[in-house]
Amino acid sequence: MRQTPVACKLHSYERQRGQRDTMKLGLFSTCVADTMFPDAVRATASVLERLGHEVVVPREQTCCGQMHLNAGYRRDAQPLADRFVATFAEFEAVVCPSSSCVGTIRELYPQLLGIDSQITERVFELSEFLVDELGVEDLGAAYPHRVTYHPTCHSLRVTKVGDAPLRLLRNVRGLELVELPNATECCGFGGTFSLKNAGTSSAILADKCQSIESTGAEVCTALDGSCLLQIGGGLSRAGDHARAVHIAEILASR
Amino acid sequence: MKVTTESFAVAAERELGNAQLRTNLGNATSTIRAKRARVVQELPDWEALRDAGSAIKADVLANLDTYLLQFEEALTAAGATVHWARDGAEACAVVAEVARAHGADEVVKVKSLTTDEIELNATLAAQGIHALETDFAELILQLDGDWSSHILVPAIHRNRTEIRDLFRRTIAPEITSDEPAVLAEAARVYLRERFLNAKVGVSGANFGVADTGTLCVVESEGNGRMCTTLPPVLVSIIGIEKLVPSFADLEVFLQLLPRSSTGERMNPYTSLWTGVTEGDGPQELHVVLLDNGRTRVLEDEVGRQALHCIRCSACLNVCPVYSRTGGHAYGSVYPGPIGAILTPQLIGIENAPSLPFASSLCGACYEVCPVKIDIPRVLLHLREKSVDAVGSRSERAAMSSVGWVFGRAWRLRLAQRIGRLLQRPFVRDGVIRRLPPPLSAWTDSRDLRPIAPAHPSDEDSSTDR
Repeated sequence: MRQTPVACKLHSYERQRGQRDTMKLGLFSTCVADTMFPDAVRATASVLERLGHEVVVPREQTCCGQMHLNAGYRRDAQPLADRFVATFAEFEAVVCPSSSCVGTIRELYPQLLGIDSQITERVFELSEFLVDELGVEDLGAAYPHRVTYHPTCHSLRVTKVGDAPLRLLRNVRGLELVELPNATECCGFGGTFSLKNAGTSSAILADKCQSIESTGAEVCTALDGSCLLQIGGGLSRAGDHARAVHIAEILASR
Repeated sequence: MKVTTESFAVAAERELGNAQLRTNLGNATSTIRAKRARVVQELPDWEALRDAGSAIKADVLANLDTYLLQFEEALTAAGATVHWARDGAEACAVVAEVARAHGADEVVKVKSLTTDEIELNATLAAQGIHALETDFAELILQLDGDWSSHILVPAIHRNRTEIRDLFRRTIAPEITSDEPAVLAEAARVYLRERFLNAKVGVSGANFGVADTGTLCVVESEGNGRMCTTLPPVLVSIIGIEKLVPSFADLEVFLQLLPRSSTGERMNPYTSLWTGVTEGDGPQELHVVLLDNGRTRVLEDEVGRQALHCIRCSACLNVCPVYSRTGGHAYGSVYPGPIGAILTPQLIGIENAPSLPFASSLCGACYEVCPVKIDIPRVLLHLREKSVDAVGSRSERAAMSSVGWVFGRAWRLRLAQRIGRLLQRPFVRDGVIRRLPPPLSAWTDSRDLRPIAPAHPSDEDSSTDR
């Protein structure tokens, strides 16, 4: 599916005009979203389906193995990665509402688990898939709220989604996008880091929550359920006005 | 190399409790971060420079044996005496021997992490030789019996008022102001006489040029140049990884280093010296080539890139962890992200098993590293080694259980169902505010989003594999 950039752009153009067949997309919901943010998974499916694609959420899927890989348990991650590959082998492209899971699959599977990058290159984070692969920036969404966007570390530095999420958010009707101060700093989640170094994790989070609060936003959105778990937990504990919402839910709103 | 035995998490909790430290660090790191970003942005070839820096260092490490012998030969030809030191003790012994030979009971020092690594000051003190730190910040720490918390700005955890009070207690009872100029003048008056009377100077080196035998020290204050030019005898201790192949290679690093470290286009003082020059500078030069664990780091294919480090400290300044905890939490002279990958490799993972976990893996360090050390990648590598060497049984069991649950989709659904039942007593107003240990580590400071209600279709598990 991933061809030369030019061919890719061309296909995107054709797709928008409805001249290309719809794709059969695998949706990798991720263990975190499946467990705590199922609405984001449903929203991801609905956004893609509205664009005319067939979305399949394989029931056999579980977890990409990121936690095991990041915590030093590479051997335990191997069967999970193999399982991911087997589950999603049949799809032209796999879309996932989490940049850290996509980063794990694209970067770490080939580096640490010997998985062919030709397989992993077909796995995309939702916003980059919409903007870079499909060439779509306006989904016809409406979300009449003041929103700030937290660029998660993996989306910035591993998956490298660029400004794709911002392009999508700018086209949402009624959405007032406000800039987050010190946006590129981590929220302090870091998987098991949030438990092993809970004090440090919370200190980093406190500053993130303060930045969010300073924008006066009602909603802080991001691409990753895991970071939203951290940010949402911090905002809620501090009694802050803002809440954490996954970007897919905003993009699916009408 | 001295390393505290307490875990990073424990040390960090203590440091986080120091509000003054948090404020000082927050201000200092954000200022340097912004300065660095400004001067890096103005170079159109910054990424090419990083690639070049990384490639030169990779070449040096791949051919270290050749370059070291070349360096030794060039130095000897230029009139220096070369000493090979397997560890810190051997290196310290060289300095002590030289000081004794010249009847010196005090040596003046240039700021040097390498000498901190080998605990030179303490070793010399035990033999009746005082090593006077002449770098402004190092002097502050020495006067107060404190230790460095930042590679480049050792007293970053101290503010002006604290320093004025310290000087009043020690070297300058008369000062009242905490203006930087007043504080610097007090240190200048105190140090000047010691520079002029010193018989032996001690330095590290930022770079050693293999083909010419030239040593290079990069600094901001000029104290380093005093130490390397005024005393008649100089001992320079250099880690074996600090070589560059040729003089021309300095062009790359003298652009990368100041912009990454102090956020300056060029540092104020760059001292270069090659052996002994009659009638100019020290007439006796000893160069100590220090291993102290470096060849062990070199053996590790993934970890060896840590030896690319040019000690700029850009990774510290952008690190969300370092900028909250400060350097002391890392328990070693090498703090921050680079310390988290260098210290465990130099002294053995079993002696610093918690350091590779002192990171949220945000990747900001890799993004700014002028020699492209993939710190997150090395952290993962060392985490695996740490788990294999000293991992706790309970954690291993927990990880295996989670792995088992993720092994089949029906198990994950079952676990979610059980979780929904177990969480019931804890959910209030849609969030969990309190959980028993070990999950209290989360809920002590954050609410937890509960496991979501089951979607009707999820309950049908007949098609699960």
